[in-house]
Amino acid sequence: MRITKRAATVALLTAATVALSGCSTAASTSDTAADCAPADGKVNLTFTSWIPGIEDVVDVWNEANPDIQVAVQTGPNGNGGTYANFFNQLEAGNAPDLGQIEYDALPNFRVQDGLVNLASCAGVLDAQADFVDWTWGQVNFNEEDAVYAIPQDSGPMAMFYRADLFEANNIAIPTTWAEFATAAEQVRATGNYITNFSQSDINQFAGLVWQAGGTWFGNDGTDWSVNLTDDTSIKVADYWQDLIDRDLVSTQPPWTTEWDNAYNTGAAWTWNSAAWGANSIASGAPDTAGKWAVAPSPQWAAGDAASGNWGGSSTAVFTGSEHPYEAAQFALWLNSSSESLTMLNESANLYPAAKAGLDLPVLKEGVAFYGDQPIYDVFAAASSEVSADFVWGPTMTQTYNDVSDGFKAAVSGNGTLAEALTTGQTATIEALKAQSIPVKE
Amino acid sequence: MSALTEPAVAPGAPTRVPTSRRVAKGPRESPLSQIGAMTVMLVFTLYFLIPIWWLFIAGTKSSSQFTNTNPLWFADFNLFENIGDLVVYRDGVFLKWMLNSAVYAGAGALLATLFAAMCGYALAKYRFPGREFLFNIVLGGVLVPATALALPLFLLFSQVSLTNTFWAVFLPSLVSPFGVYLTRIFAAASVPDELIEAARLDGAGEVRTFFTVSVKLMFPALVTVFLFQFVAIWNNFFLPLIMLRDETLFPVTLGLYAWNSQVNQIPELRGYVLIGALLSIIPLIILFLLLQRFWRSGLGAGSVK
Repeated sequence: MRITKRAATVALLTAATVALSGCSTAASTSDTAADCAPADGKVNLTFTSWIPGIEDVVDVWNEANPDIQVAVQTGPNGNGGTYANFFNQLEAGNAPDLGQIEYDALPNFRVQDGLVNLASCAGVLDAQADFVDWTWGQVNFNEEDAVYAIPQDSGPMAMFYRADLFEANNIAIPTTWAEFATAAEQVRATGNYITNFSQSDINQFAGLVWQAGGTWFGNDGTDWSVNLTDDTSIKVADYWQDLIDRDLVSTQPPWTTEWDNAYNTGAAWTWNSAAWGANSIASGAPDTAGKWAVAPSPQWAAGDAASGNWGGSSTAVFTGSEHPYEAAQFALWLNSSSESLTMLNESANLYPAAKAGLDLPVLKEGVAFYGDQPIYDVFAAASSEVSADFVWGPTMTQTYNDVSDGFKAAVSGNGTLAEALTTGQTATIEALKAQSIPVKE
Repeated sequence: MSALTEPAVAPGAPTRVPTSRRVAKGPRESPLSQIGAMTVMLVFTLYFLIPIWWLFIAGTKSSSQFTNTNPLWFADFNLFENIGDLVVYRDGVFLKWMLNSAVYAGAGALLATLFAAMCGYALAKYRFPGREFLFNIVLGGVLVPATALALPLFLLFSQVSLTNTFWAVFLPSLVSPFGVYLTRIFAAASVPDELIEAARLDGAGEVRTFFTVSVKLMFPALVTVFLFQFVAIWNNFFLPLIMLRDETLFPVTLGLYAWNSQVNQIPELRGYVLIGALLSIIPLIILFLLLQRFWRSGLGAGSVK
């Protein structure tokens, strides 16, 4: 399945590149936001998103806003083909008004001039206060007077752990990464693994680097910089390499049956994952209901309070949309009204990016699978501890693929995680140059 | 049709089948090489059947048993419950996808076969300037993968505002260069010029000759073309992926793929994808079983000339 997916991604990206290289005039409409004004009369918008059940949320909007009617379009998730389609549609001039884009893909659309800067649309800049600080950094790239999308959901990370097993074996819940390594030895002595190192989810690894204070990309307004191999990233890579070398973590491919099974049978005890991961454990390891709990991620220095982020997406308005004002109003409502956020959480486990969303009643309840612990309180705290400085690069799909190839080799004993990052660094700089994106070396 | 495939038996020849079969046999194979051949075949049969067996087994399990029971053997038999859940999930959108696939593939393959038959017949039976040139272009079309054409088609359809419509997937399905190739070869071999002459002398027009005489003679080839085209459209994935945004127009392949791409975050979809994949291959199996005696004879056509 992985291979097919990968092949499809490659094919789609090739297709998208062909489409884009054919013509580079798509930028001509990027200054539409300058006249972000309400239209007269009724407006029809199209919105592409792959969240199951989002039609129901949009129906609520359509009911309340007869003058701004939104039609939902759908498809596979972003990297599964929808991003490539967005690029094709931008090229063909028939992109939807709004689209769902994950944070790590936004810079790619930005450098291709696919996004409308919504800063001049009424209410958008003021909305900054309604969203968790770091999520806003993801959509304005820390630029002045720029808002390229409205944050939708987020994935602050914390540690899921088997409370019963830690207690029965008298192992303390690790609060630092040093304690985590010690606990890993103790867990290994029982014949199990403390966790699984995910060889293909580079996104998760990025979350760990994010927590450690690293940043992979930077943009000073003209040039991009790539820092996959800075001290922080190497520190994180070396830490996990050590655990792998000592056989203290398992290395099953993630999201497979074996992976589920390891959690279901107690062969793996913790998972450092995002808020949306709560449902992955609950459905992948149903036999362990009631035995899990959630604690903050282990810290690099005792007493610190830093968290990383894994995943999350935004709602962007595409260049070519004739109604950026109405589109922005809809995007704001979709991602900050408690009615919408509740529905999105119920239908797709989205964890909100809006501050008000973190206090939704549905996110305050105890969760039966986690021994009735109100686990989302932990994630709400984690969300406030995520650094706002982390920036994604414009060629993330390629970076993920290159680093992931190296990680897969590393877990089977060829090379190290740090070497994989070095390869990724070189390949990313080349990819940026190949697309004529200015890059500092 | 069976009259065509049965071996001609000379009048008066011994009709006792067992003896004649023994006589007809060629040089004896050693038992060892027979066992070797059988083993290789068995291994490959298993290789092809195990994924289907796994899919079937997975489809019968409840989601909790899926991860913690033997992947190749039954646990509680939940097949019908799973199908029931799938069919009602999100207002039965899966059934809509199956219906879409049936229309795209059924109607698409029928029309594609008709067009290919007319084109192949014309290329085989009429002499006109540029005939070989045209045929060579069609042959070249066989070499171009449909995937490579998807993006140019998207840009073309965008120009005429046909993307995200039924036609965006249906119209490209009507083209089958391989069908033209096969029907041309078959028409040249199986439709005698004399028969066409006779039909003309009897006063039939060209169109009538084609539909009443030639089509019947070309039938095995047409079934083959239909089957190939049906399978190609049913399995077509890239074109709908690029063209369609409206969920109610999706064929089943794209729908299941879209769900599968969500499994990380909405794990219950995994069960629906599995049972959906199992159901989605059933029409193909039925079609193959129904048409196999036709298409086998069609497939051989043109191989010996």
